[in-house]
Amino acid sequence: MQELKIEAKEDNLYLVMEALEEYIRGQCSDDVRDQLLICVDELFINIAHYAYEGEVGEAIIQMEIREEPKRLKVVFLDRGIPYNPLEKEDPDITLSAEDRKIGGLGIFMVKDFTDYQEYEYVDGYNKFTIEKLLF
Amino acid sequence: MNITEIRENDTIKLVIEGRIDTINSTKLQTAILQSFQKGKNLVLDFERTDYITSAGLRALLIGQKTAASKGGSMKLVHVSQMVMKVFEMSGFAKILTIQ
Repeated sequence: MQELKIEAKEDNLYLVMEALEEYIRGQCSDDVRDQLLICVDELFINIAHYAYEGEVGEAIIQMEIREEPKRLKVVFLDRGIPYNPLEKEDPDITLSAEDRKIGGLGIFMVKDFTDYQEYEYVDGYNKFTIEKLLF
Repeated sequence: MNITEIRENDTIKLVIEGRIDTINSTKLQTAILQSFQKGKNLVLDFERTDYITSAGLRALLIGQKTAASKGGSMKLVHVSQMVMKVFEMSGFAKILTIQ
């Protein structure tokens, strides 16, 4: 398991992405890697933008490759305001360009690109877990 | 992400290379809006684009709305499989003009 403790600010996104890429190098296809990078972007940026309400707080990212079936588990932890992104209503993807809103699209993509998602509020932490099969 | 601008008469083509993520999507948005100040028709070449996040979709949506308000066009060409997957999943495949 690899753990990264980092200030939850937008500028640190590339450090998180590099850590993920390094951790899964050679373990999956480019498509799976790209989908994981998209998920990490959406989830880390959500913490950076919203968790600490304008202040800079800490984010903890834990990565672990699990077997049978082979998959990557990523846990995002922050001590910001309690927020369950899974409760956010899915965007209406049938609307025209004039009526489309972008809100909620990030977590919608995370749900589509991962095989498992879970939110818990534990000991003052928002804990968001994703798993994705590696192949 | 790297953006190269190619002018062809009244059409501006932006070739987008690399990943469109949250940090660099503002660069894409700026490039799209600047293009519409120079011409009415914009072509976005996605052949060498690895992927796009929701922040990138926002930039494209703003571009699409700008094209409509100026009576111009925004056309996407050579869309890679990964980017197309995001367009289809998000409903953007129906909003955007993809060739």
